[in-house]
This record gives sequence, C-alpha cells and structure tokens, in this order.
Amino acid sequence: MPWDRNQMAERAAAELEDGTYVNLGIGIPTLVANYIGDKDITLQSENGMLGMGPFPFEGEEDPDLINAGKQTITELPRTAYFDSATSFGMIRGGKIACAILGAMEVAENGDLANWMIPGKLVKGMGGAMDLVAGVQRVVVVMDHQNKKGESKLLKECTLPLTGAGVVDRVITNLGVLDVVEGGMKIVETADGVSEDDIRAATEATLV
Amino acid sequence: MQKIYDTAEAALDGLLRDDMLIAAGGFGLCGIPELLLDAIRTSGVKDLTFASNNAGVDDFGIGILLASKQVRKMMSSYVGENAEFMRQFLEGELEVEFNPQGTLAERMRAGGAGIPGFYTKTGVGTQIAEGKEHKEFDGETYILERGIFADLAIVKAWKGDDTGNLIFRKTARNFNVPAAMCGKICVAEVEEIVPRGSLEPDHIHLPGVYVHRLIQGDHEKRIEQRTMRKREEA
Repeated sequence: MPWDRNQMAERAAAELEDGTYVNLGIGIPTLVANYIGDKDITLQSENGMLGMGPFPFEGEEDPDLINAGKQTITELPRTAYFDSATSFGMIRGGKIACAILGAMEVAENGDLANWMIPGKLVKGMGGAMDLVAGVQRVVVVMDHQNKKGESKLLKECTLPLTGAGVVDRVITNLGVLDVVEGGMKIVETADGVSEDDIRAATEATLV
Repeated sequence: MQKIYDTAEAALDGLLRDDMLIAAGGFGLCGIPELLLDAIRTSGVKDLTFASNNAGVDDFGIGILLASKQVRKMMSSYVGENAEFMRQFLEGELEVEFNPQGTLAERMRAGGAGIPGFYTKTGVGTQIAEGKEHKEFDGETYILERGIFADLAIVKAWKGDDTGNLIFRKTARNFNVPAAMCGKICVAEVEEIVPRGSLEPDHIHLPGVYVHRLIQGDHEKRIEQRTMRKREEA
C-alpha cells in the first residue's frame, strides 16, 4: 500500500533531528508537526517567529499572530518574534537545519520546481527560493506521480525552477529517495511497494 | 521635533506625488498600515509603485488602491489573494516584479542601511537571476540584488512615543521594520501613542531616527485565514 498524506508526513517527521530549528511548508509538510512527538524541535515561521504553536481555540485568535500561510496560530513558552529581514537572515545564514516542502517537480540533479506554471496564474514564490537556497537540508514531500500518472521525479525539470541542485531527499507516497551523484537512489519503500514499482513510476535515473 | 499628527491625511501632507515608490510594511493583512493606505486612496495620487510583500485583498490593504487604479507596479513575493490584482495583472494593466521574500526584505534593510547592493544565493539558477550580475565567492555562485531606496515608507506599529520609537506586537512586526528603514521619509501609524519615557529603552524594536511622522488610530486588524482547533471534551 502506498503511503497516504499522514503516513508521508509521519515519515518526514523522522527526518528531523532533536534540538534543531525547522521550517515546514504548506500542505502535507504542515502535517509533519503532528508527528514530532518527544523531539525538541523549534518550528520557524518565516514571517517572523521561532517556536510556532498550534492553532488557537475558538475565541482566542489574534490578528497579530499568524503563520506564513496567514493562518491564525499561537505562541509557546520558547517563542521569539523578529522582523522579516532578520527572519530571512537566519534562513540565508544557514541557521535553519531543515526545510520540508512540497513540489511540482524534482530533477535527478536536485533541481526543484514548485512556484509557477507558465501560462497559468502566477502568485509568486513567497519565501521558497530563499528557503531552498539557505537551509542546511531540503526535504521534499510530494506524490510520486501527477494526476495524469506521470512521474514528478524527472531527468530534468520542465517548469521554471525554484532552486538549482537544492533537494537532498524526496519522500513520496511510494518511498524515500535521495539525490546522489548520477541520479536518485531508493532509500526506503512504502509497505507493500517494491523497488520495481518505484522504478516503473520514476522517470529520473535511479542508481 | 514634532512628529505626532492628528490624522493620516495630515501626516501625509506634502509627501505624496504621482509616480513615487512607496515601501509598505505588513505580511498578508497582518500589521499593514491600513489608515495610511486609506488616506493615500483619498489623496488620489496615481502611478504608484509599491514595495510590499503582498497586495492585500480586494477591499482591504493595498487592494483598495488597486481597485481605484492608483498602482502601476508591485514589487512583491506573493500576491495570490486578490481577484482585482489578478485581473489587472493578466490584462497587462499592472506590472509585477516578483522578489523572493527574503530578498525583498534584505533589499529594504540594505537600502535603509545605505547599502546599494548585496550578493545572495537565493534565486541562482532560476528566472530571478536572469540579467543579474553573478559572482563566485569561495566556490559558490551568488547574484547581485539592489538595495531599495523608497521615496516614502508607511508602516504600522503597536505602540510609539512622540520621538517615533516604535514597538511592534507578535508577527505584526514582519516587513514593518525593513520598510521603515528604507524610506527617505517614514510615516507610522500606531494603536497607542504613549508618553515619552514609558517605553523600556531596551525593548524598542525600531528607534525613532527612522520614523518622521506618527499618528494614532483605530485599526480593523482583519484576519485573513481564521484557523482554530477544537477544545477537547473535559
């Protein structure tokens, strides 16, 4: 059985090392926060916060306290606030250990495309280009194939890039793959998924 | 040194003209200078360029200036929440310069610090790097980004004193600090003007040297995405 969204998020949470500062993107990456467990992880929200807490209870929403997805959130005893230049200073300066984010395409050389589709509405890259260029480790969580059944792990990205050669690891519904010299390497398969299943679903060179 | 003004209109008097570059604080609708934006709409100045992370929603934030067609160009990182923006963008009525969010923040900070350009890895190998100077440092490639020197900065803070020292609240600080820094003139709106001496000097987020004019007003502080969790049954 391929992993579902929650299982992918749970597997991604295993990537996080105790005692580190981490940035989670929107979508499945947001679910990763549910699986951190006992690990001492500080979540960064790039609009200016370390120590992001859960959504507020009804009636406790604060318009001055939102995450990068503009959702109302809460603070924790460890929380620190800062301005946007300081926030991206810590990203660009390599102080954030890991970013977990979604993608439309990942190439075998680590190129990442997740911000625009030519001819379609362009909303902007937000902080994604800064994050993938600055953090120590970039983990992508996405479905292995698109809705047409085509591989999202490619020899070369067809969409405009968010970053060149930036992805370290990809977690899909079929398994876990690392970007290595010469292509991608299967590190793990989802329960009931074989390496042959992954090969059949992957355009990128597997080494 | 008289920095306090009675109204947003008075605080902007003599500062607005067509074709100017305005840096605005805020992230989404959080910490936006809503009173000053209203006053800019009333003034009728047009062909404005805004350096602002977002463009508001249709009836709030910079969105109100898009509706009145006073904006010619946006320098932003993400603009997805605004139907009128998208219409003008697709019709070619509005120019958009996409900036990675951290690059935009640093461009403002740099401008405010008198730094005309800086090198960053952000965007190397992407469309953003096209036409920009590339330079290697210690085996890594960086691109040159320019500091922003805005004609005017408009920001929103929580508390301020009559000398312009400002304190922000939670994530409403965001772009307000770098935007304020990069303006030749900065006008701030605050929820409360407090007596001189009542702000703890060690706790000031933006020193008054960056803030030239100040108003106090009531803020709607609209929430863009209200998300909540359920209380567990006791």
